[in-house]
Amino acid sequence: MNPTLKALLITLALVVAGALIFPSSYYFRVGSLIWINTISVTGIVVLLGYVGLVSLGHAGFFAIGAYAVAVLPGYGVPSGAALFVGAAAAGLLAMVIGRPILRLSGYYLAIATLGLGMLIWMVLTKESWLTGGPDGMVVAGFNPRHWFALVGIKMKSTEAWYWLTGLVATIGVVLAVNLGNSPWGRALRAVHDSDVAASSLGVDVARAKVVAFAISAVYAAVAGSLLALANGYITPDTAGFMHSVEMVTMAVLGGATTVYGAIVGSLILTALPQVLTFVAEYEHIVLGGVMVATMVAMRRGLVPALGDLAHRLAMRGRSK
Amino acid sequence: MNRLEIENLGISFGGIKAVDSVSFSAAAGEVTSIIGPNGAGKTTLFNLISGVYAADTGHVRIEGADVTGEPPHRLARRGMARTFQNLQIFPQMTALDNVMTGCHLRETSNLLADLLGLPSSLRETAKSRGLALSALERVGLANLAARPASELSYGQLKRLEIARALVTGCSILLLDEPAAGCNAVETREVDDLIHAIADEGVCVVLIEHDMRMVMRISSHIVVLDQGSKIAEGKPEEIRDNERVIAAYLGAHGAAEARAAHA
Amino acid sequence: MSELLQFVLSGVTVGAIYAAVALGFTLIYNASGVVNFAQGEFVVIGGMTAAALIALGVPVIIAAPLAVIAGTLVGIALYRLAIKPAGKAPLVSLVIITIGASIFLRGVMQVVFDKQIHRYEGFSGDDALRFLGATLLPQSLWIIGGSFVVFAALAWFIGHTHAGRGIRATASNRFAAVLVGINTGRAMNLSFALSAGIGALAGVLATPVTFTSYDAGVLMALKGFSATMLGGVGSPAGALVGGFAIGLIEAMTAGYISSDYKDAAAFIVILLVLFVMPQGLFGRRTTERV
Ligand SMILES: Nc1ncnc2c1ncn2[C@@H]1O[C@H](COP(=O)(O)OP(=O)(O)O)[C@@H](O)[C@H]1O
Ligand SMILES: [Mg+2]
Repeated sequence: MNPTLKALLITLALVVAGALIFPSSYYFRVGSLIWINTISVTGIVVLLGYVGLVSLGHAGFFAIGAYAVAVLPGYGVPSGAALFVGAAAAGLLAMVIGRPILRLSGYYLAIATLGLGMLIWMVLTKESWLTGGPDGMVVAGFNPRHWFALVGIKMKSTEAWYWLTGLVATIGVVLAVNLGNSPWGRALRAVHDSDVAASSLGVDVARAKVVAFAISAVYAAVAGSLLALANGYITPDTAGFMHSVEMVTMAVLGGATTVYGAIVGSLILTALPQVLTFVAEYEHIVLGGVMVATMVAMRRGLVPALGDLAHRLAMRGRSK
Repeated sequence: MNRLEIENLGISFGGIKAVDSVSFSAAAGEVTSIIGPNGAGKTTLFNLISGVYAADTGHVRIEGADVTGEPPHRLARRGMARTFQNLQIFPQMTALDNVMTGCHLRETSNLLADLLGLPSSLRETAKSRGLALSALERVGLANLAARPASELSYGQLKRLEIARALVTGCSILLLDEPAAGCNAVETREVDDLIHAIADEGVCVVLIEHDMRMVMRISSHIVVLDQGSKIAEGKPEEIRDNERVIAAYLGAHGAAEARAAHA
Repeated sequence: MSELLQFVLSGVTVGAIYAAVALGFTLIYNASGVVNFAQGEFVVIGGMTAAALIALGVPVIIAAPLAVIAGTLVGIALYRLAIKPAGKAPLVSLVIITIGASIFLRGVMQVVFDKQIHRYEGFSGDDALRFLGATLLPQSLWIIGGSFVVFAALAWFIGHTHAGRGIRATASNRFAAVLVGINTGRAMNLSFALSAGIGALAGVLATPVTFTSYDAGVLMALKGFSATMLGGVGSPAGALVGGFAIGLIEAMTAGYISSDYKDAAAFIVILLVLFVMPQGLFGRRTTERV
């Protein structure tokens, strides 16, 4: 099957399946979170899975999107437009800062992006006149329910948010799949495997890296805007180091080389803390343990590992 | 004016001159071979010519234009392509995708079209697939197109790299030990392939250890030893050159004799 | 003038802590090629363990070594349970593993100890010394002195003992070290143990001045990194210089610009250094082989 169509059908099917089985508003809210994370993690897949670059600062871009929809409406920009402004700002910042930063590789790049994320976090924390400081700020109301009502569909706001985030995630996944199978995608994946060979074939490696960095920043910013709007408030912790780590962990846990890994990783790591609320004290222990254990036992992530397993079973079936 | 001209090219690593002021030129439609014992600096010379390393001294000219210091992707635009002694394959891609990547400079769709999966992007991909398939055909790997590159043998990967370089439509092709890891039959095929590529007007520069192959297909041979050029000429001239026999064939012969005794 | 001196003194004090953390990074990096994101947790384990023991009435002179031993054991466990089984994992896996380990350790400390901020009395009391118009806690002298003693002891150990030479050989070329019969597994264990021990010691010394809590490791690790980067990854002398440099820059920023952005100063310096000299001040420049 055409990979674009496959991605579209699988993601949509998951969105619909969630809506069918979720028993309460609470589940829809967690579902929205899963799809919002899927969006930012799909960006990480483009950056890490396609090009092989580790960023520990993407929460900074996420927060740019979040604060755009929080701050700009106060200056008369409608929330919807603010989302696009935030995405553009994140993409632009990524391009400007990407040039010097992306000359670095490996640990140096990880640390430099980490520093970038920390700087954004600090500005959001300290400039309280604009951002409300460490306590965060309230985000002006925006309710997608009304959009659905326009086309005659009536539902609760939590459900409306679920559908909206699910649809945006589907678009994000499909675009990433398109990219992966396109000329640019091949260039990006070539940089991942051998930047020397890629450049010998005419790929401008520096430019390819900047492009991937900017794309992933836009994904993060869109996710950030959606989270801020859905929650109705925002704090600087969205820009925090732990959030950046979470994004990369979701990608790697699910399998960073494929967008399906982004979905699975977001699903597991978003649901896990919800399941663990009764042992909230042990949340860090479980999360840290899961991170170490998967990387030791299943380096490429869940989706590729399951793919391998299915492949092997199929081979065995055939040889019988 | 020759298509590729090298003048006083040199680089040192930690005080050791890996390539020391080497000059030669290579003409279109011919095979120019670089030979010399292991560690002579042949691969390093390729890395200098193709812009992977920045030269300490000297110049590289393509069609008379000074391209010294240009990064590899610009040189690729000027028609240079290469293969690598220590394979630089894209192991996570299929063989076909590896070669399609070589079409990068021909592909004209923009990023937005690629993201949206617009027809212009799909058309480019279809075109590249066609070119890549015929290049795979040419190096004898068409039947392995859909295989992950990581599953191919060493000799097959060597040819995969040639196919990938060929689809760029290069006018200068640098081949670093393309027949390494090939059996006699495959070596013969590679030999014929290189011949055919040169006959199409490409300027081929070849590093190869198989002396019979080198003598058979080269128009011109450059001999390196310890970073310096010690001889240059037609195959017959090189075969009879005392210094070459002493420095290269001698050393090689001695090594073989040792191996035979062991 | 006395103001400047005051800033220098506080810069050197925290700088000594950063230098110790950076030294820990360097030891592990040289031995295994891993940048250990859990390095800050070693410092916190040292501080928290000492604080808990002292609160139970254990005298400092016993609590301090026990805390260092606790940190050392955790370092060895980290190597045996997480780094070694990962084998030759790609960089991103190693990043996730060590970050995962740091989160795990944070969780354990939250459960074993608590979420409060802790400190205990300085080893020589808390009465500030006066010095050319500036004040200095006697504990600062312990910290600064401690970091130099650690550096000297480490230099001696690596240069003059059999086990130390094993570490050095493993660091410079693991493959060759195996060929000449060096027990690289032991060298690796030892590197993690030393690194963790040094971190825990830094925590024990620093807590009376800097305070500590279960989640203080993150920022500590980041500062340590910045110091390592500034000095050049892999260079012990660079770690020391980088540590003091970051400490001083931070203190000057807090004193003359804004204490809000003292943490930012370190990162801005790092970004600038990385842009100008991607190998750091003391790092080696090499051409990647193709
Ligand atoms: N990136 C590098 N760093 C340090 N030394 C190098 C590098 N590249 C090549 N060399 C050295 O240059 C010399 C020539 O190597 P090479 O060009 O690979 O020889 P050949 O291809 O003729 O066998 C060798 O001594 C090698 O060790
Ligand atoms: Mg060579």
